[in-house]
Order: sequence, then structure tokens, then C-alpha cells
Amino acid sequence: MDITINGKETLLPDNPDRTIDSLLEELDVSQRLYVTVELNGEVLERAAHESTPVTNGDTIEFLYFMGGGAQ
Amino acid sequence: MTEEQIERYSRHIILKEVGGKGQKKLFDGKVLIIGAGGLGAPIALYLAAAGIGTIGIADADNVDLSNLQRQIIHFTPDVGKPKVESAKEKMQAINPDVKVITYKEWISAANVNTIIADYDFIIDGTDNFAAKFLINDACVLAGKPYSHGGILAFDGQTITVKPKESACYRCIFPEPPPKDAIPTCSQAGVIGVLPGVLGTIQATEAIKFLLGKGELLTDRLLTYNALRMKFREIPIKRRTSCPVCGDNPTITEAVDELDAMTVCDLKG
Repeated sequence: MDITINGKETLLPDNPDRTIDSLLEELDVSQRLYVTVELNGEVLERAAHESTPVTNGDTIEFLYFMGGGAQ
Repeated sequence: MTEEQIERYSRHIILKEVGGKGQKKLFDGKVLIIGAGGLGAPIALYLAAAGIGTIGIADADNVDLSNLQRQIIHFTPDVGKPKVESAKEKMQAINPDVKVITYKEWISAANVNTIIADYDFIIDGTDNFAAKFLINDACVLAGKPYSHGGILAFDGQTITVKPKESACYRCIFPEPPPKDAIPTCSQAGVIGVLPGVLGTIQATEAIKFLLGKGELLTDRLLTYNALRMKFREIPIKRRTSCPVCGDNPTITEAVDELDAMTVCDLKG
């Protein structure tokens, strides 16, 4: 499976059961429980992570919380 | 403009995008900086130097020795002084033309609407999610354009929000993370030059907004990684389900996100 993650082409072993939720775990994405996932240009609701399949050619962005600035 | 002002701003005035008219727009402009720390430091210095006529700066904190590695508006003798006072001194030393209004208070639902009301453009340079969400909500509801900025370790992100026209912070992040879920700069560290890069971009947005020139950083999240020295731009769409700027908003007034507040935010 060939997908683009954060602008990088990424080759993953084929897995028809892969979902956004399982991908986050598979890649051990930081802020896994809070990260916003954008799939093909649309921000996904968190509730949809488990039911949304990852398919060949998908473009996925992980958008992380960054809270610093003043301290 | 006086002779001295013409000389001071000559490198602006010579730009066709600025000129005398644009410089006048900057004089007439009012920008509020929330947070006089890492991001706020370069923002305040550059906006003062640029001749923004009225600059508000809000922060309840005092200068700490550990701030000086990156908060370049504060100097060693300022340790212990209110950050807004330290910032005001440097801004007026750079440019006595500028009126600086200080707010030595933490931003909260109780004061945010009153503070932002007088300004044309708001810049979020805060260090916690409670403030970041509050600023987003208050600005979106009041129709105030603003710049979000966030930094952590070697990474930064920024986006400009034109309320009800472009994607807001909650279109990306519908709700704040639980407190302590995401490390702060004091926990995770931050490379000192990072807020200089991000803050300067935020100040640029304020200047462009006042001039009415160029394209604002709307509907795209700009991310920066200093280790790989990479900027990326991620297109962001307004979400119809956004809780504040969507079709059926559930947030209709600025409310404190108590769950996102840390002990540190509340210490005052």
C-alpha cells in the first residue's frame, strides 16, 4: 500500500483491514489520542478514526497540538 | 509625517506595497499581542520598529532567568520585572512613536472580549491551550482576524484566521487536549531561535493585514521543523461541523476551557 503521510510517500505492507485508528497505532504516531488527522484534504472527526479505512493513494496529514509560546 | 519619521520609515516607504499611504495605515493600526514571551518578544519588537501606532501587550507573568534563552525582548536586569513592563520599555526605546498599552493579567473569559474590542488584529503568542482556544473563540465570535502560533521543541505551527471566512483553530482542533496530555515548552524544552522564526511570521501577517497587501496565511497551516529545516503548508478547509464557526455552533460565547487549564495557568 502506497500512501502519502505528512508529505512523504510511504510504503506499507498490504492490509485490507487498516483503518485510521490502526494506522496511528501501527506508526506509533505521537499525540496518538489527540492528533487531528486530515484525510485527502478533509479533517476527520475523531469518532470516525475507527471506521475509516486507509486505501491505496491516500494523502494523510497528522496535525499536532503545539501549545508553547509565552512561558 | 515629520522629517525624522520619513527617514525612520524610509525603507518601508520606498516599497511600492507600503509607500507613505501604507506607513500611515500602520500608524493608524492597532494590534494586540497576547503573551509577552517567546513568540511575543520578536512580534512586539518588530511591530514597534515597523511603526504600528498602537500595540497592546497582555501577560501576567514576570521575567524569569530561564526565559532569556529565547525571549529576546527581556534582558538580564529585567529578571523579576513584569514582562509587559519590560517589553514596553524596549518597544518604546526602539520607537517612541508607538503607543504601548499593557495588560498585566491572564486572558480569561471574563476579560477577553473587553481587551480585544479595541484592536484591528490579534496575535496569539500564549503558551497554553486554554488561552489558545479562548482567543480563537473570542476572535471568531467578535469577527476579529487573528494569528495563531504554537511552538514545541524544534517544531512550530501558525495559521491566520479570518472569522467566518477562513478555517479557524477549532476547524483543525475541535477541542483542547486534556490538561498535561501535551508537554509544554518548560517540560519538553524549546530551541531558543524557534519563536523568532514563528513570531516573525505572525508579525508579518499583522503588517500585511493592516496594509491590505499580499495573501494572508489563511486556510493553510504552516508548519516548521528546525532540525530538518523544513517548512510545510497543509491546506485546511473550514469545517461545517466546527463548534464555533460551523453551521450549527455549540460555542456562542467565549468560555474558559477549565479542563485545559494547568496549575501553572492559574497561579496568576
